Amino acid sequence: MNAPVRIAPAPALERTLFAVPGMRCAACISKLESGLAPVAGVISARVNFTARCVAVDHLPELTTKDIQAAIGAIGFDAEAISDADALTDNGESRALMRATAVAGFAAMNIMLLSVSIWSGAEAGTRDLFHLLSGIIAIPTVTYSGRPFFRSAWAAVRRGRTNMDVPISIGVVLVTALSLFETLTGGAHAYFDGAVMLLFFLLVGRMLDSVMRDRARGGVAALLKQTATGARVANPDGSTIWIAAEALVPGQLMIVPAGERLAADGVVESGSSGLDLSLLTGESAPCRVSAGAHVHAGTLNLDSPLTVRVMAAGPDTAIADIARLMEHAGQGRSRYVRIADRAARWYAPAVHTLAIMAFAGWMLAGAGWHEALLIAAAVLIITCPCALGLAVPAAQIVAAGALMRRGVLIKDGSALERLAEADRLLFDKTGTLTLGRPEPVDLERLPHAVRPAALALAQASKHPLSAALRRALEADGARPAALTDLVEEPGFGMRGRWDAVPVSLGRPAQATAGEMAVAFVSDDAPPVVVHFRDALRPDAAATVHRLQGLGLECSIVSGDRAAAALPVVRALELTAQTGMRPQDKIDAIARLAGAGRRVLMVGDGLNDGPALAAAHVSMAPASASDVGQAAADVVFLGDSLAPVATAILAARRTMQVVRQNFAIAIAYNVLAVPLALAGMVTPLVAAIAMSGSSIIVVGNALRLRGAAR
Amino acid sequence: MTGLTLLIPLALVLGLCGLAAFFWALRSGQFDDMDGAALRILIEDEEPK
Repeated sequence: MNAPVRIAPAPALERTLFAVPGMRCAACISKLESGLAPVAGVISARVNFTARCVAVDHLPELTTKDIQAAIGAIGFDAEAISDADALTDNGESRALMRATAVAGFAAMNIMLLSVSIWSGAEAGTRDLFHLLSGIIAIPTVTYSGRPFFRSAWAAVRRGRTNMDVPISIGVVLVTALSLFETLTGGAHAYFDGAVMLLFFLLVGRMLDSVMRDRARGGVAALLKQTATGARVANPDGSTIWIAAEALVPGQLMIVPAGERLAADGVVESGSSGLDLSLLTGESAPCRVSAGAHVHAGTLNLDSPLTVRVMAAGPDTAIADIARLMEHAGQGRSRYVRIADRAARWYAPAVHTLAIMAFAGWMLAGAGWHEALLIAAAVLIITCPCALGLAVPAAQIVAAGALMRRGVLIKDGSALERLAEADRLLFDKTGTLTLGRPEPVDLERLPHAVRPAALALAQASKHPLSAALRRALEADGARPAALTDLVEEPGFGMRGRWDAVPVSLGRPAQATAGEMAVAFVSDDAPPVVVHFRDALRPDAAATVHRLQGLGLECSIVSGDRAAAALPVVRALELTAQTGMRPQDKIDAIARLAGAGRRVLMVGDGLNDGPALAAAHVSMAPASASDVGQAAADVVFLGDSLAPVATAILAARRTMQVVRQNFAIAIAYNVLAVPLALAGMVTPLVAAIAMSGSSIIVVGNALRLRGAAR
Repeated sequence: MTGLTLLIPLALVLGLCGLAAFFWALRSGQFDDMDGAALRILIEDEEPK
């Protein structure tokens, strides 16, 4: 309709996907699509807003870097992503959607036929309608039932049982018996029940899968953060570009300002500030000079460095963290969802009941045919239709409510685990604090010189410049027009403001660990503005509220004790400091060993393994990609309050889930005696099944306000 | 009764058409970008001259 798609006759086209996290609105979509279309070599560009990415079809001559630059010129940061972790990889959801559509279609048609049977169609007409129902139902069961059959078979093969075992046995048995009834001209065929059951269960399954699809990424996001390669100096003085995987220890990388390091190494020459926030979560830049050890993934801020590669590719510190995370995440996959825990006793109970019904009626003198029919009725009436919907319906409603409050839940099991948490570990930087420097004494900067300071700050990418720019812009300052703007490596920005030399840079006497910039105008004494990483505005109130909810809180920080002290004092929490990623995992393992269920709230790459290892984890949206990928829950905004909101909502969700279980059990208590007595006709089964499903979904809808 | 022999197959065929249309939509990627579809309606087709 409105996407500028041009059909090109050119044969060999390449398609490259770019992640563009910065797009927010319709204008961004149209800007990207119409901005890329005129670029020479680009055949078409299509934005996928849900996935925040753009797919570009282009001629092979056009390189990824060219397109990235073109997107940059439009005003967005783009990152090429490989097709392997492409977001369209939601095959499971899609298969479920197809199965649900088929089951829904079949259920409607069979129900039409069934209604006329219930209204009194007899003899030839009834047999014809049964036959038609069978013709629709059997292919449907074969196709739409596959997700259940597959999962049931996988469980049975390993000697276990899950919810899908009684479902599969019930559906197959009922379909087979109904077919027999139809062919022998019997009065009751349960094709409608079998297909409707599949439809309701598939809806539950689909809700669950859609929720899971919203989040993907994992470790792929982590390795994306390292540079794709580096310029390497040859002994003869020439330089060549080498991809990150092909770097070998001993090579000399030349890292210009503004680029990420592609490998671990030792600085040979040059001195610069490095942004380590990816690795440590620390916002203040770290100064390095010759002899310093530096890590892949860190960002070189202000001047070129020559680095001798010590470890590349899979041997880098960042790859180590990736492995640690992968390993830590394995424990969580052993978590058994509440529905499957319920199935552990539910499935055997149902099977015993059905067998007892069969045996009882055989003993009572009924024929095997009648006894089998009653056993099948028991299976279909006890089939966990409401149970299958009870959990996903409640979870998706709660997740929707939380999403409107800026809390994104990645899957249903995250809500279950969140409700169980009874111990809370906070990371400090970026989690309890905002993770970005905020000026403390901005009033020292006279209003008269603010336009010049803003113009200087705008020209630099340094984190303190960015912080100063944000603060000044929020204060209503407008940038002045400067001339001769230059970035002086290792110092800061210089320029001329109406022939007066001005500069913004490192203060002359900077104490270690202190964040400050000095503004100098002509010969006037420098104005020094200090920065600090401020606490989130409602951190103290939220911590109190969390303690009121029965969660014991403490801090685990990678920072030095001295740096953590102000936060510890302000929040009256205990803290463990100087912790490496492995130490955090160990701390979580100790607590888990003592039977606590740990909620980890953290943001940095260094928290990634801990986030993956904890029983459940949360990360702010300002977190590194890794933190967001590893966490179960991501919350938006500067406030810490969503942590408490999410826990409360999760607990309420589990309450509703338990209510739904109680409703389902109550329904069974009523319906099972009827089934055992042989009084369940297809009509009764259909009413009971849809009735209980509607009640369960209705109960789940009460959670719409859960996040208030 | 004779009407049924025509009407029932007809109803089924029409239903199958709907199902086929849904599958086609799914396959051609119309459900890939639900949020984007909601926003695209706001995009101006022709740039103001």
